[in-house]
Amino acid sequence: MIKTIRRIPVAHYSNLKARTGYSIRIDDKEMALFKVSNGRVYALENRSSHPKGGVLSEGLVSGEYVYCPVYDWKISLVDGKVQAPDNGQVRTYKIEIEKDVVFIVL
Amino acid sequence: MKKLVMIGNGMAGVRTIEEILKLEPEQFEITIFGEEPYPNYNRIKLSNILQGDVHFDDIIINPLEWYKDNHIQLYTGEAVVKIDTKAKKVFSDQGREVQYDELIIATGSKAIILPIPGANKQGVTGFRDIKDCELMIKLANQYKKAAVIGGGLLGLEAARGLLNLGMKVDVVHLMPHLMERQLDHVAASMLKAELEAQGMNFLMEKETVEILGDERVIGLRFKDGSQIEADLVVMALGIRSNTEVAKNSGIYVNRGIVVNDYMETNVPHVYAVGECAEHREIVYGLVAPLYEQAKVLANHICGKETEPYKGSVTGTQLKVAGVDLFSAGEIHEDSTTKSIMVHNEYEGIYKKVLIRKNRIVGIVLYGDTKDSTRLFRMLTKQEDISGMTSVSILHSECSGAGNTGDDVASMPDDELICGCNGVTKGVIVEAIKTKGLTTLDQVSQCTNAGRSCGRCKPLVASILSHTLGNQFNEKAASKTSICGCTTLSREEVIEEIKTKGLTSVKEVMNVLEWNNEEGCTKCRPAINYYLGMIYMDHGMDDRDSRLVNEKMHANIQKDGTYSVVPRMYGGVTTAKDLKKIAEVAEKYHVPLVKLTGGQRIGLFGVKKEDLPSIWKDLDMPSGYAYGKTLRTVKTCVGSQFCRYGTQDSMALGIELEKKFERLDTPHKVKMGVSACPRNCSEAGIKDIGFVGIDGGWEIYVGGNGGVDLRPADLLCTVKTKEEVMEITGAYLQYYRETANYLERTSKWLERVGLKHVQEVLADKEMRKALNERLDKTLKKYVDPWNEAIQSKEIQDKYYMKHTIKVGE
Repeated sequence: MIKTIRRIPVAHYSNLKARTGYSIRIDDKEMALFKVSNGRVYALENRSSHPKGGVLSEGLVSGEYVYCPVYDWKISLVDGKVQAPDNGQVRTYKIEIEKDVVFIVL
Repeated sequence: MKKLVMIGNGMAGVRTIEEILKLEPEQFEITIFGEEPYPNYNRIKLSNILQGDVHFDDIIINPLEWYKDNHIQLYTGEAVVKIDTKAKKVFSDQGREVQYDELIIATGSKAIILPIPGANKQGVTGFRDIKDCELMIKLANQYKKAAVIGGGLLGLEAARGLLNLGMKVDVVHLMPHLMERQLDHVAASMLKAELEAQGMNFLMEKETVEILGDERVIGLRFKDGSQIEADLVVMALGIRSNTEVAKNSGIYVNRGIVVNDYMETNVPHVYAVGECAEHREIVYGLVAPLYEQAKVLANHICGKETEPYKGSVTGTQLKVAGVDLFSAGEIHEDSTTKSIMVHNEYEGIYKKVLIRKNRIVGIVLYGDTKDSTRLFRMLTKQEDISGMTSVSILHSECSGAGNTGDDVASMPDDELICGCNGVTKGVIVEAIKTKGLTTLDQVSQCTNAGRSCGRCKPLVASILSHTLGNQFNEKAASKTSICGCTTLSREEVIEEIKTKGLTSVKEVMNVLEWNNEEGCTKCRPAINYYLGMIYMDHGMDDRDSRLVNEKMHANIQKDGTYSVVPRMYGGVTTAKDLKKIAEVAEKYHVPLVKLTGGQRIGLFGVKKEDLPSIWKDLDMPSGYAYGKTLRTVKTCVGSQFCRYGTQDSMALGIELEKKFERLDTPHKVKMGVSACPRNCSEAGIKDIGFVGIDGGWEIYVGGNGGVDLRPADLLCTVKTKEEVMEITGAYLQYYRETANYLERTSKWLERVGLKHVQEVLADKEMRKALNERLDKTLKKYVDPWNEAIQSKEIQDKYYMKHTIKVGE
């Protein structure tokens, strides 16, 4: 099967504020983009894996984690894993940064 | 891959699958059939659902994603009707046929329904699953009288739940004492007295012979000829293993499906686990032994060496508010037992420990169950107690957590500490070591241990103490830290902020050495509040430390849209404002326009990116329907129009709302103003309520109409509007300065005491100082919606949505 890798420019790195989530819609997929305090940028599916989970872009960011704004699940921005005592996993997307442009790789 | 099929989708079965996945994630292709249309949920919590403490979503243990993530084929709402053990196939009631290499039967049990005339009438139910719960909740809305048949654990929990649902409840019991299998007559009569005080009515030694009514139940008839009325009958007589499918397929069944110490049935490759299984002539119905069985079975199926399951001794407790009881092992004395007993009638405490040959064989505790974990361990470990005095057996509190240290040291890592959540000592020790935990709170948050029934908490504390060794500080460990990021309590944090002059959330976390550098959703909003409370006039609010609703100045809804509720002072509006709201609703296609509970109009389902322009078009201040602040001041019409009104309630309401709006408070604050004691604004269930009387106002405080329903207490009666404003300001400021973040006034008032607050407010100097601090604080606020409209930066950061269309 041939898979097309798409790289989509979504933001200017220098415009992103740390510890803030941005919601980005690419076609029908909604993603949350985060820049954390150490400068790294992460992208996740913009929904907690809780059955009634909230949009993550509005959640509180702490270190490399975001808290779901509706059910308060703690979710790793690095691998999307929900932290104990809850469990689950949110889909993550690869990020590439080139000359101040942030790309999401699909 | 081998094919593993499981019949049943309940707690014991799914726990077995979890254990198997931990051991051998790749070995099996797994199929599960579940008769109920739900994923695996925590059946123990059904009585909490009925009692209204929790919602169904909160008791799901394994959501559907879990099945998907682990590649488990789940068929819900589908029962297996036959097993062909020769061809190794199961057949479902939907005509599905599935091949297996290994088959687990985990069909659980069902409620015993008395085989008496009328048992099939409408309004008769067991108490066993979600369906039963839903039926009971539904009927409680329509009818008044319930009868629960069975005065055992389940029956009493069901009865308590029905009381909470507002029904009158008769409990019918065949035996002379309640819970006769777990309690002796002393404990049983103490329990009965407590439950009677809670409003249950008991009919003891009554045998139900008929359920009366035509299509639906109207009452019960007993053997002695007497009758009672009932619109709902709950049969809570115990459980019976679901064994039909096993029996029909030639598997040996006695009371349950008979298994050996490795949970094998008499047919090769067919196992049974949980409430459907009978092991050494015992069918277990409590979760802890079932989890033990699950572990043994998982190991065995995966081909790992394992200790055989040798049966369990079980402990029982009742999940009813206001009742503290524990029972395990034997209950009644015989010629070979000696008992130690304490019966303090005055304090309602009863403890009995039965001893045979220097070993504890039975425990009954009522009123004080602090010792249950330790005694239960002594019972299950069959510890020799000959060296102990009777006082030291019954009283653990004087020696603290330390005395169980030796037990903890010798305990194997796989010993189950928290039976409810299946947490072992090893998991707890590992979490303490790798995550640097130092408090009980943190351990619970990280591992789940102690989060359900809480009985294991003392044991978790001694594991914590043992693991930390001399770094353990008992006082610090049991104190309530504001969250898992720190060991400091609210008072300590506030003290440090003041003495060290800390001025930002970041600085607080940094200087006070938070173990989690950027905090969490519990501490950051709390610190932000405390800073704003301490430094009255500084504009240092950290918007990103507020939770979503306060950060966005709108309520997030479940689909990620928001609601907009503009201020309508005192619930009074104008034709002009109504027109604006109507126009906005049309222009932005707002899906729902609704009157809120607080006399205002809410626009629901608004897209985030539309918020600033809606606010601009409305040109009304934010109603703060989302904030930990003054929400609404509900008013009645009052003396301006109402013939009963003795005071101008609308004018006072508007003045209060205009003065105190936007003020940050530890939790939301609601007010109500009524012009006469008929109290149309329901001021008696508000945080602060005002009731007009001839020549003055009564001020009520600490009311709550929500989760923690509480009528307000009369704080004082005053003559003038000026006095109302002065007392209210002082009261609010005192609450702001002394309450924990997220503590409602109702809880706070109970904690500090009405009398104490009255004394504080009686002091004129104190009132003045409190009001000065409050007025200084109030100066710093501006309308947040207007601020957002003016600031491009705020709009970009919080309200912009970035939509990218590929290929355009």
